[in-house]
Amino acid sequence: MRIALVGNPNCGKTALFNQLTGGRQKVANYAGVTVERKEGRFVAPSGRTLHILDLPGAYSFEATSPDEAITRDVCHGRYPGEAAPDLIVCVADATNLRLHLRFVLEVRRLGRPVVLALNMMDAARRRGIAIDVAELSRRLGVPVVETVAVKRGGAKALIARIDESVPDIVPAAIDQASVEQLHTEVRSILAATVTTSRDTVAIDDAIDRWALHPVFGLAILATLMFFIFQAVFSWAEPIMDAIESGIAALGVFVTGFLPADSALHSLLNDGLFAGLGAVLVFLPQILILFLFILVLEESGYLPRAAFLLDRMMFRVGLTGRAFIPLLSSFACAIPGIMATRSIQDPRDRLTTILVAPLMTCSARLPVYTLLIAAFIPSRSVWGVFNLQGIVLFTLYFAGIFSALGVAFVMKRLRKDKSEHALIMELPSYRLPNVRDIGLGLWERAMIFLKRVGGIILALTVLLWFLSSFPGPPDGATQPAIDYSIAGRLGRMLEVIFAPIGFNWQICIALVPGLAAREVAVAALGTVYAMSGSDDSVASQLGPLIANQWSLATALSLLAWYVFAPQCMSTLAVIRRETNSWRNVAVAAGYLFGLAYLASLATYQIARALS
Amino acid sequence: MRLSDAPKGANAVVQSVSDAHPADPIAQRLRDLGFVAGEPVRLVARGPLGGDPLLIQIGSTRFALRKSEAARVDVLVDGAA
Repeated sequence: MRIALVGNPNCGKTALFNQLTGGRQKVANYAGVTVERKEGRFVAPSGRTLHILDLPGAYSFEATSPDEAITRDVCHGRYPGEAAPDLIVCVADATNLRLHLRFVLEVRRLGRPVVLALNMMDAARRRGIAIDVAELSRRLGVPVVETVAVKRGGAKALIARIDESVPDIVPAAIDQASVEQLHTEVRSILAATVTTSRDTVAIDDAIDRWALHPVFGLAILATLMFFIFQAVFSWAEPIMDAIESGIAALGVFVTGFLPADSALHSLLNDGLFAGLGAVLVFLPQILILFLFILVLEESGYLPRAAFLLDRMMFRVGLTGRAFIPLLSSFACAIPGIMATRSIQDPRDRLTTILVAPLMTCSARLPVYTLLIAAFIPSRSVWGVFNLQGIVLFTLYFAGIFSALGVAFVMKRLRKDKSEHALIMELPSYRLPNVRDIGLGLWERAMIFLKRVGGIILALTVLLWFLSSFPGPPDGATQPAIDYSIAGRLGRMLEVIFAPIGFNWQICIALVPGLAAREVAVAALGTVYAMSGSDDSVASQLGPLIANQWSLATALSLLAWYVFAPQCMSTLAVIRRETNSWRNVAVAAGYLFGLAYLASLATYQIARALS
Repeated sequence: MRLSDAPKGANAVVQSVSDAHPADPIAQRLRDLGFVAGEPVRLVARGPLGGDPLLIQIGSTRFALRKSEAARVDVLVDGAA
């Protein structure tokens, strides 16, 4: 039997889906977390296998965004390759029935078997909302069960009801009811079944008074963002030092057994430990960044931030709604670009997709951190801030401001000037669930480690081969790498990148960096380990480049990474989400152009000043 | 009075939602979200820049609406004629 979960945005469909299937889909506290149909299965107590579809939230079957259209099409049995569901489980937030019941009525009119799951019943009780479930069920003509999707066992009643029998179809009283008629019906049902002590939660009002205050609200948002970047830098340091020395010790231990001039020794020492070690140390920073993003997502604060920034974002041709996808892009542009599906307006959506790569993703953090630690002195500014943290903050803001600039240019170039919509729901605040946050961090750590163990490992080993062969001729005076394929390739590229201050080692590192940005750091580690006479491992890459590069080169490389379109997966997602190669070409082209110009300006100015 | 002109904190009742142009999807969405005649609404807060967007409470739900969107909603403010 095929069951579809439908309901208004942010009513807990995905949490319920995870309860039923034991899945680990992402849950957060804002509308539009689920943008795709997700499928799972579970075996009911009766032994039947049930297929469950988790659908994006919709306010109405009058779809106004691509994710709402998916829900509409699946429910109507019009989605390509997808049979209409045998049973629809309509999920409604018990604390927000006035809004959610209307969609329930719309779903009932489909003429398919429906079960209503009243979710968040615990929150409803806490708020003093009393619901006469039996009467509600009688009036709607569909079975109604209570659920608490975020609690273990909170979906028991729903499972039992689904397993029992497929409910009868209720013929709709009116075939084509108007919006007003639907609302009238909702009102009469509510009047008969629900008693509420008050409309809002006192704590929401209290927090919003400050969080949405014209002055304090913006100050809180700015402080919060600044604090996150400071924390990423300062909290991670002791752990990073520990990982660094651990890897160095392991490298010495492992390679100690091998003859010092063998190829295997070089592969392990210069390729593996120098390359992978250089990337691995950044795990703590990435996790700290994710910790903050996950907490913000769960708390319900993000839509508030979108509210505060809408006006500014609208001026430059974006929408407040773009704040959430763009913030996710700080973690990684790929989920960020997918999250744009909850933006209704296709123009706003395309702009957001095209500027998302300008948000500094966590893969760029290793590059920034390496260069900042090597070139920017760690000293305190005004007693509280760390200069390194301030530089990092500046780099992030360089990305943000250029995104605003690019969006503004796109707005000017656009021919269609008709009105864009905001209309965004602000959810109740919620205390983040420790288990969900833990799961999210664990997943992120696994993704990072898999990348390190997969693509980054493969590219690092490949680079080691390219920079080891062919070996130097007899009587060679230069380091071996100068005669290798990679060395020659780097020298060829150097012609293009010399005006922006990149030496041939950086040019080599840029190439594998195309597959994943972190690889650039691993590649630098390998390239320098290969050209160095001593056995320098990852931990010494910083001091090494501090000696060899000019400050202008370092700043130029930082500027390059603010823009550089060096991520194949991002370009692939842009292709998939916009279904257009043209947009991919536009994104890659403008990012490359900006990167080159920014680096050129940075390098030439820094050189002129020094 | 238009909802976008309502005073902050005042309680009001929706009279109607008017289409800014024929087949206006924004007006349709507002009706879908419950902005229909007789519903009580309240302007809770205004955005920090230029007083835009507006935070509108309808039932127990809060929506951020831009001024141009809220201007489609005609309301009667309590205590005002």
